[in-house]
Amino acid sequence: MQLKKRDAPEMTPEIPSDEPRLRQVTKGHRFDVELVALTKAYNAKTLAVDAISLRIPRASYCCLLGPSGCGKTTTLRMLAGHETVTDGAIRIHDEEITHRAPIDRGTSMMFQDYALFPHLTALENVAFSLKVRQVPRKEREAQAREYLELVQMDHLANRLPNQLSGGQQQRVALARSLITRPKVLLLDEPLSALDPFLRTRMRAELKRIQKELGITFVHVTHSQEEALALSDVMVVMNDAKIMQAAPAREIFETPANAFVARFIGGHNVIGRDGKTISVRADRCRIGTGPGLNSIAGEVTMVEYHGPFVQVSVCGEGNTDLTAMMSDAAYFEESPRIGSKVALSWEPAVEHVLGPEAVAFLAK
Amino acid sequence: MAHQANQRPLSFYLLSSLMAALLVFLYAPMVCVYILSFQGPDGGMSFPMVGWSTHWFEVLFRGTGGQGMGDVPGSFRRSMRLAAFVSVLSMVIAVSAGMAYRRSFPGANFVFYSAITSMVLPGIFVGFGIALTFNLLGWQINWFSSGIGAQLTWSLPFGLLIMFIVLGRFNPAYEEAATDLGANASQRFRMVILPIILPGVIGIFVSSITSSYEESARTQLNVGLGNTMPMEVTGLLTGSSTPVLFAIGTMTTLVMFVFILGAVALMGSMARRRAARPDS
Repeated sequence: MQLKKRDAPEMTPEIPSDEPRLRQVTKGHRFDVELVALTKAYNAKTLAVDAISLRIPRASYCCLLGPSGCGKTTTLRMLAGHETVTDGAIRIHDEEITHRAPIDRGTSMMFQDYALFPHLTALENVAFSLKVRQVPRKEREAQAREYLELVQMDHLANRLPNQLSGGQQQRVALARSLITRPKVLLLDEPLSALDPFLRTRMRAELKRIQKELGITFVHVTHSQEEALALSDVMVVMNDAKIMQAAPAREIFETPANAFVARFIGGHNVIGRDGKTISVRADRCRIGTGPGLNSIAGEVTMVEYHGPFVQVSVCGEGNTDLTAMMSDAAYFEESPRIGSKVALSWEPAVEHVLGPEAVAFLAK
Repeated sequence: MAHQANQRPLSFYLLSSLMAALLVFLYAPMVCVYILSFQGPDGGMSFPMVGWSTHWFEVLFRGTGGQGMGDVPGSFRRSMRLAAFVSVLSMVIAVSAGMAYRRSFPGANFVFYSAITSMVLPGIFVGFGIALTFNLLGWQINWFSSGIGAQLTWSLPFGLLIMFIVLGRFNPAYEEAATDLGANASQRFRMVILPIILPGVIGIFVSSITSSYEESARTQLNVGLGNTMPMEVTGLLTGSSTPVLFAIGTMTTLVMFVFILGAVALMGSMARRRAARPDS
C-alpha cells in the first residue's frame, strides 16, 4: 500500500475499505436534503432561484445541471449558507437549517477553485477546521493525516497548495471538506479546472468516495456527460427553475420538455401533429424503410467518432437534426455532405415532450 | 542561448539605452553627493575634490557640533521616533479601513475620495491649517499630537491605496472556505486573511516610514520643539555649510536601503517559504 501510494498517487483511486468510522451515523430520515419553494431574489425583478422544490433521497449523488446563470450555483450556495435565502426552506436530515451558520448546517462546501489557503500546507489546510475548534495539535494532525490517506495525499502532506497539481489540490480540498464530517457535501463545478483525462478519473473517484462514506453529494456542473455519469438524482435547471429532477436514465430516456431534451444532448426535438416530440439521435438512421417515420433533409456535416458516426441533417423548416449511426450502418449508405436524405426512426421511440413550465419533483 | 541573444532586434538595444539613460538621470545627482561626502578635510561644498577622507563622517558621528553640523543626532532620533509611530498607525488604520471597505457602507465613496484628496492638497497649507486649528483651540502643538496627525495626512492615503489593491485581489473564496470550516470572524482575520495579505501590510509599513522620514511641508509647523531631519538639513543648507551635509546624505541613503532591502528580503523569504517547503 505504502509503495503503491508513493509511486503513482493518482493511479490508485482505491478507497481503503477498512474505514468504518468515517461513515456517517444513519438516522431514521427519508431524505438527506429537502428544498421547499426555495427562492433567491436580488431585487423585486431579478429572481436567481424561483421557488424550487426538491427532495434528495439518502446517500445520493445529486447533480445540478444547467446553463450558466440558471441558478444552480446560487442554489448550492444557499444550501451551504453562503447566500441568504429570500424565501422557502432547506431541510437536511429532517432538520430545518435555512438560516443557520455554515458550520451548523451539516454541510461542507468544496469551492470551484478549491480555495486552499496558500500559506498553509496540505496537512494544515485539512486540519484547519479542527484548529479553529482548538483541537490539540497532535490530535488534529493525526486526524488530518487520516483524511489525507483517504484521498491518497498523505505522502504530500507538507506541500503548500501551489506545489501541488490541480488534481492533487482537489484531493486536499476534498479531505478538508470531509474532515468536518458533513451530512451533505456540496461541490461547485469541482472538475472544471482539470484536464479531460484527469476529469474522468477524479469523477470516478468522487463517486467512489461518495459510496464509501454513504453521504449525499450535491454537485453543480454544466457538463451533461458528467451529470449523466455521476448522478443518482439529476436536476436539470433553467432560468431559475427546475426543468426536471429524476434519475439520470429517466431524464435521458424521457426528457420532460424540449429544453431538457436539447440541453441533455443526443436528442432530436421535432414538431409533429401539433405536438413536440423527442427522438434519440442514436435511434435515428439515414434512409427510409417500411413503417418508419421520417423527415427529409440535406446532410450538413459528417463526423466520424470511431464506434459511431454523427450525421447532421438540416431538415424541413430549417430544423437541425442528428443521427448517430453505428459505423457499420453508416458505411453501408455513406451519405455525403450535401446529399438529399431522409432521417427516419421507429414510431415507438418517439417521446412526447411536455410544456417547459412544469417542474418535476424527484420521487 | 547565444544564438537567441544574436537575434535580439534593434529595438531591444534602443530601449535598453533609454532605460540606462533614465537610471543615470535618476541616480547621477545622488552619486555626486556620495562622492562629495568623501571630500578631504579642507575641501568645500563642490568639486574639485581636495583629497579623499572620511573626515566628514567622523564629524557627523562625533556629534559634538561645529563644522557646519547642527543637532543632527537629535533630529535623527526625533525623525525615527515619529516615523515609528506614524508607520505603525498607518498600517493599523489602513488595514482596518481596507477591511471595512470590503463591504459597502453609506458614505464609502465620500470617505474614499476625501482620503485621496488629502494626497493632492498642497502640504504646506495642510500643515498650516493644522497648526492654526491647534492655535485656535488653544492646544499646544507637539510631535505626538499635531506632528503625528500632520504626517498621517500624507502617509495614510498611500497606505489606503495599497490596501485597496491588495484586498481587491484577495479571493473572497478563502474567507468563505474559512467560514465553511467553522472559523469565526477573528479567526478568519488572524488565520486566513492577515497571513495572505501580509506582504502588502509590510509594504504599507515601509512606505510609511520613508514618507514620514522625508516629509517636511506638513511637519515643520506642527512638530513642536526641535527639528526633524529634513528641517535640520534644510537649515544646514541655508546656513554656512560643509560637506558634513553630504555625509548625512550618504548615511541616510544607506539606512533607507537597509530598510528597503530588509523588507524586500522579508517578503521574498515569505514567498519562498510558500514556494519551496521541504517534503516530509
